[in-house]
Amino acid sequence: MKMHNVKHHLTDQLLMAYSAGSLPEAFNLIVAAHVSMCDECRAQLASFDSVGGAILDGTDSEPVSQDCFAETMRLITSGALRPEKRVPARAASTSILPAPVRDYVGGDVDKVKWKPIGMGVKQAILPTSKDASARLLYIPAGAAVPDHGHRGMELTLVLQGAFVDETDRFARGDIEIADEDLTHTPVADIGEDCICLAATDAPLRFNKLIPRIAQPFFRI
Amino acid sequence: MIYRKITCGVIRSRQAPVMICMFNVVDPSEANAASSPPALRGRTGAKADLSAKAKPLAMKTKYDPTDWITHITRIRENQDQAAFAELFQYFAPRVKAFLMRSGADATLAEECTQEVMATLWQKAHLFDASRASVATWVFTIARNRKIDALRKQRRPEPEDLDWGPEDEPDQEDILSLQQESEQLGRAIATLPEKQRELIEKAYFGDLSHSEIAEQTGLPLGTIKSRIRLALDRLRHAMK
Repeated sequence: MKMHNVKHHLTDQLLMAYSAGSLPEAFNLIVAAHVSMCDECRAQLASFDSVGGAILDGTDSEPVSQDCFAETMRLITSGALRPEKRVPARAASTSILPAPVRDYVGGDVDKVKWKPIGMGVKQAILPTSKDASARLLYIPAGAAVPDHGHRGMELTLVLQGAFVDETDRFARGDIEIADEDLTHTPVADIGEDCICLAATDAPLRFNKLIPRIAQPFFRI
Repeated sequence: MIYRKITCGVIRSRQAPVMICMFNVVDPSEANAASSPPALRGRTGAKADLSAKAKPLAMKTKYDPTDWITHITRIRENQDQAAFAELFQYFAPRVKAFLMRSGADATLAEECTQEVMATLWQKAHLFDASRASVATWVFTIARNRKIDALRKQRRPEPEDLDWGPEDEPDQEDILSLQQESEQLGRAIATLPEKQRELIEKAYFGDLSHSEIAEQTGLPLGTIKSRIRLALDRLRHAMK
């Protein structure tokens, strides 16, 4: 995937949790998507993986059973293991969605099944485990997502175009990390429709009545 | 600055191993220094360090990590079962411990350990010694198996980088990455007890920071700041 001048990065905490494997699936997805677009975070992630390796190396061991090795050899010779699925990098250069997101969509942006949620904004919920949710958002150029607060943590990764909120401007590859303290109204840049991947571990909290009534129906 | 970091870190990780990046906020001259001639310094330094300490520690520090690379090569090129058996003897009990600390019972942990070790055999051709130590590689495979088997979730992985046509990793890069791995191992081993425990819990307990807070009774802020302190120390040690 073509690299970008990314300004807003993942935190150590998120990268470490991704490396440790303790994040909900929706967050793993957005971390993998950002790392696909950001060499700096990719390097950081490699460092955190090596911390995991060093801990594994230094850990107390748990004796395995007598026939564990023989069983493993049997597993190898039986060919029962599923073959490795490689994420294709080639097709990536021209696509808008990074490979891990394409895996969930079943293709690039043209395969996304958008549902309108009002004011021209559309979304598509991606199938992840229930402990958090991931969705693609489509915000027409110049349009705003209703101002909202967050009960948990919300990560937003820009995949196309850009948006501006009370804190800064976020362009392709940038990730915004929002928590309870942030209430914001993201507005898409005028130049281009904005597509984002958003992950949250709690429902958003809208500040106006209408979106809040709609919330349970739209699952945002 | 950022650009330097990127070039030295990943795109041309043939020049400088990835690990430097996180643990240096990056002074490119230092990055270069670490991967060129003084590379030898690390090695002799490591030996002196070992002999200076008590014997039991040397016993515990146990192996030459470059030797595991040879083992992987033997598996890849000759399907060498003897090499695999040695690798197995060392790593399988560690993988099992990792899985049990992540919440698997002994039976499930044993089953997953077999799958992890079989995966090592099958993926031996994908191992790149200039990008990771063997222990790190084993860790990532075990972690993915954990997410799959214990949490029943998919694990989205980043897109692969295009590595270009030349695929033979440079010996010097391999050496310096392995040296950095040893250095990191030592740095983790010498972290203050309280910091090391939390880092281990974060990796091995399958716990988020707030779950660690519940388990240890420590305030979330304390956990976050201890982990941050630990990372600062590691960064300092890797300079």
